[in-house]
Amino acid sequence: MATATPPRAGSRRPIGRLGIAPYVLLLPSVVFLAVFFARPMVDAFTLAFEDPSGGFGLAPIRTMLADSRFGEALTTTLILLIAIIPVQFFLAMSMALVINAKLKGQSIWLYIYAIPLAVSELAAGIIWLSIFTQRGWLNSWLIQTGILEQPFDFLGYQNRGWLIAVIVLAEAWRATSIIMIILVAGLQSIPSDYLEAAEIYGASLWKRIRYVILPMLRPSLQVALILRTVLALQVFAVVIALAGSSMTVLSAEAFKWQVTYRGPNVAAAYAGLILVFSSSAAALFLWLLPTKNSQPT
Amino acid sequence: MSTTVPGESAPARAPLPMRQPPRSRRRRLSRFGAYVAATLLALWVLLPLVLITFVTFVPRERVRDFPKSLWPEEWSADTFMFFINSAGVRPALLNSVVIALMTVVMAMAIGAPGGYALARFVFRGANAYRITVLSTRAFPIVILSIPLAITFLIWGIADTRLAVALMHTALALPFVVLITSSIFLSVSKDLEEAAQTLGCTAFQAFYRVSLPLTLPGLTAAAIFTFVLSWNEVFAAVILTLRNPTLPALVLDALTVSPLPFQFAAGFVLMAPSLIFLFFIRKYLLGLWGRVER
Repeated sequence: MATATPPRAGSRRPIGRLGIAPYVLLLPSVVFLAVFFARPMVDAFTLAFEDPSGGFGLAPIRTMLADSRFGEALTTTLILLIAIIPVQFFLAMSMALVINAKLKGQSIWLYIYAIPLAVSELAAGIIWLSIFTQRGWLNSWLIQTGILEQPFDFLGYQNRGWLIAVIVLAEAWRATSIIMIILVAGLQSIPSDYLEAAEIYGASLWKRIRYVILPMLRPSLQVALILRTVLALQVFAVVIALAGSSMTVLSAEAFKWQVTYRGPNVAAAYAGLILVFSSSAAALFLWLLPTKNSQPT
Repeated sequence: MSTTVPGESAPARAPLPMRQPPRSRRRRLSRFGAYVAATLLALWVLLPLVLITFVTFVPRERVRDFPKSLWPEEWSADTFMFFINSAGVRPALLNSVVIALMTVVMAMAIGAPGGYALARFVFRGANAYRITVLSTRAFPIVILSIPLAITFLIWGIADTRLAVALMHTALALPFVVLITSSIFLSVSKDLEEAAQTLGCTAFQAFYRVSLPLTLPGLTAAAIFTFVLSWNEVFAAVILTLRNPTLPALVLDALTVSPLPFQFAAGFVLMAPSLIFLFFIRKYLLGLWGRVER
């Protein structure tokens, strides 16, 4: 399964004889994508630029910008984004290198590290709530060891720094495995001769990472960064589970406008903003980490 | 380029002593370091899971105990049952399972043929299709679910299982196309061609040769699709009012429910994922790997 070698054009039959077969096979997914991706995207922008009278206008955008929670939602989302990515890449890279070191029981390590991949954002939020809530595991431990005398309110509104740190931890715990899997797959495609050669010539682990692994991992890093940024911009259930209403992010505001305030136009404006951020981030990473289609292997 | 399935090569590493003499100490030291790092990282992943299990399987009065003892003194299914018996939980559980199954069927039925086409044929537009599919995977759920909520209202299927399943299929579809294409690529096209020269039609060649060989991989993709749907919160909570999925119900109840409810909910949401992941662990790398280039 993991050995999908890229198709070699020469080994293929000429196009003509196969006729329409591939197009027939693609058709259902193309139709589905058109109805459930392309159309809603157009609809979202229409909604976001719809005046109360029904015509084109900036009313939803203005409402969004004037909303008292907008500034906080925007800054919190960006802070989370900036804080989560480095933590995650450090963890994911460590995990990937450990897996690549081919320790005993390699498949068990991989399974353990991949577990959070299958844990939902909401479940992860609740799991970390049990640790950081005022009567939770961490406070229990801090008091039993005598480090604290009173339980500390990590998730309180007044301790914003802690609240953000806990959300970053929970998100890093949950979504690191996706990055790890992408990086492990990338690492395995690096010919082992390169690393062995570097080792024979005495390159330290750090040098091997810096001069062999990272450059060759570029395509994987690019995919991982894009995926991670898009996910971080959508952070939602973790924040609700850990912070309740004492902290807000862009997607939580979109949710609130859609469900609580019955304002689909403003909700769409928030959604559109998230899309703008996601696609600019994707474009940025594509530009920052240019990759050639054909890799030297 | 061959990739070993991790773990299965473990016993085959015996001839290591051959290489050891000159640099053995440094090597052994870095080996030891790797095990320490591996263990610490595993603890980081596992400890929170152990702790949520501890607070789910204690008597309900114990959940609020403070300070908590690091090992539960008495075990009980009390908290767990309290959650399962809470109003709305069982219907939501059923909704989640049914919607996830619908998603698996729709996503595989619609996506796998696309994956097969990408893997087996060279045709004009293949690259454009691949790029379109890839780009939809990096698409925020938020921007899809809000207009779709309105569309489903117009279609008269708002607040139904079908609506949520359609949305989840849209999210899973790019994933299914890319994964199945890498799975089909792993079975050589020559095998199908051989079958055809022996008198099979193209469909028979697929059905009798490729399908049996790719079935484990396809099952892994299906299970992962199930997990995607089972875990999805945002779309589910936007698209349902009276028929929530389990995550939607839990999210709605979060601010008003007692801690035992929340913790048990976290456990119930998390537990099946562990089992599903166990079944597809061999395919994990294939699921996210090669298709990216």
